[in-house]
Amino acid sequence: MVCPTEELYGLVFVTQTNKNRAHAHEHQAVPSDPALRVKALESLLVEKGLVDPAALDALIDTYEHKVGPRNGARVVARAWVDPAYKRRLLTNASAAIAELGFSGMQGEDMVVLENGPKVHNLVVCTLCSCYPWPVLGLPPVWYKSAPYRSRSVIDPRGVLREFGLELAEDVEVRVWDSTAELRYLVLPERPAGSEKMTEEELAALVTRDSMIGVAKVTLAGGQA
Amino acid sequence: MNGIHDMGGMHGLGPIERENDEPVFHRPWEGRVFALNLAARTGKGNLDHSRYGIELLPAADYLRMSYYEKWLARLEGNLVRLGLATEDEIASGKSAPGAPRSTPALTTAMVPVTLGRGRPARRDVAVAPRFQVNQQVRARNIHPTGHTRLPRYARGKVGSIARDHGVFVFPDSNSRFEGEKPQHVYSVRFAARELWGEQASPRDAVYIDMWDDYLERV
Repeated sequence: MVCPTEELYGLVFVTQTNKNRAHAHEHQAVPSDPALRVKALESLLVEKGLVDPAALDALIDTYEHKVGPRNGARVVARAWVDPAYKRRLLTNASAAIAELGFSGMQGEDMVVLENGPKVHNLVVCTLCSCYPWPVLGLPPVWYKSAPYRSRSVIDPRGVLREFGLELAEDVEVRVWDSTAELRYLVLPERPAGSEKMTEEELAALVTRDSMIGVAKVTLAGGQA
Repeated sequence: MNGIHDMGGMHGLGPIERENDEPVFHRPWEGRVFALNLAARTGKGNLDHSRYGIELLPAADYLRMSYYEKWLARLEGNLVRLGLATEDEIASGKSAPGAPRSTPALTTAMVPVTLGRGRPARRDVAVAPRFQVNQQVRARNIHPTGHTRLPRYARGKVGSIARDHGVFVFPDSNSRFEGEKPQHVYSVRFAARELWGEQASPRDAVYIDMWDDYLERV
């Protein structure tokens, strides 16, 4: 159903006039247009001196173009080729990750978890959406979704199966619920057959999902 | 609070839906609201108070809203709760006559500095840990009505201290502006069977980060 006054609708709804309350009932699934509310909020905060719009552009640009799972892939590839780096990464992750230039917001205190043939680590935030931004960027929708958050802790093997990963019974699954300000990055297993690859070639194989722990790294790489 | 946000262990929330080639933001307003949440000067506001703002959303709204709709509602609500804007101002998008202007806003030049610095919750203060690595502990059976990071599925359960992460701000008190109450945070290992019973694999475990105040001796 298309609302003829859609453009006005978002703004007038939040004024809570009776007229628009009645109108709003027709649209309960979307009580007001968030785009219009965000616009109103931004102009209010700019007027109050709480926000500079150019800084918003810079923040959006940072997370759309500069920070993402390629950062984490570089950390993983370095750990695969440099045993001393890997030791530093597993004992003081924040410092080792900062060596490659990644640090800061939502990655202030990092922990790296090593996957192996008998241990598989999986990261979730059951309470909200905690995620290591400097190395993985902002989380995908599924990571923040109710199905993933609810089931990862009670049925991790079932969740992994949904991602196409079937683990043998003798593998220990460790689920890490990010309830505090530690941020977790999984160090996936280096795939067999990658022995002759360069660090750059290895980094290209590492997917976001493998660093959350819902996938393994394969020689074929992957989309996510 | 025992809110809908505390989802660990729930059933019935559907399949995990993944999207190939997912964009960082699906609509321009999502990026805008994300950046507003990061940039807005919120006076005495802090991360824990901010998170509590999402938990205060009515449960039905929480389930219905998209992620960034929740961020929008949280920011609107927190600005009002912090006395930085009125509901009328948020509805109109216009500052009330005579409303004060705030401290200088975050500038473009400061964005990389602010992101690089982050907002560390670790505190460099000497606080003795109440527990040692490998010690058995029980997560307290408490049900605070305010903000807490002790998930319901762990309350009353017995685990063991796997790591001592050091000293961090305590979210329960900090969210209420009652002080940072810095204390040790541990990674506590709970056997999957302790949490979920016989249906769980005997090998598996859940590691939950817990503050001293969430734990008691066994």
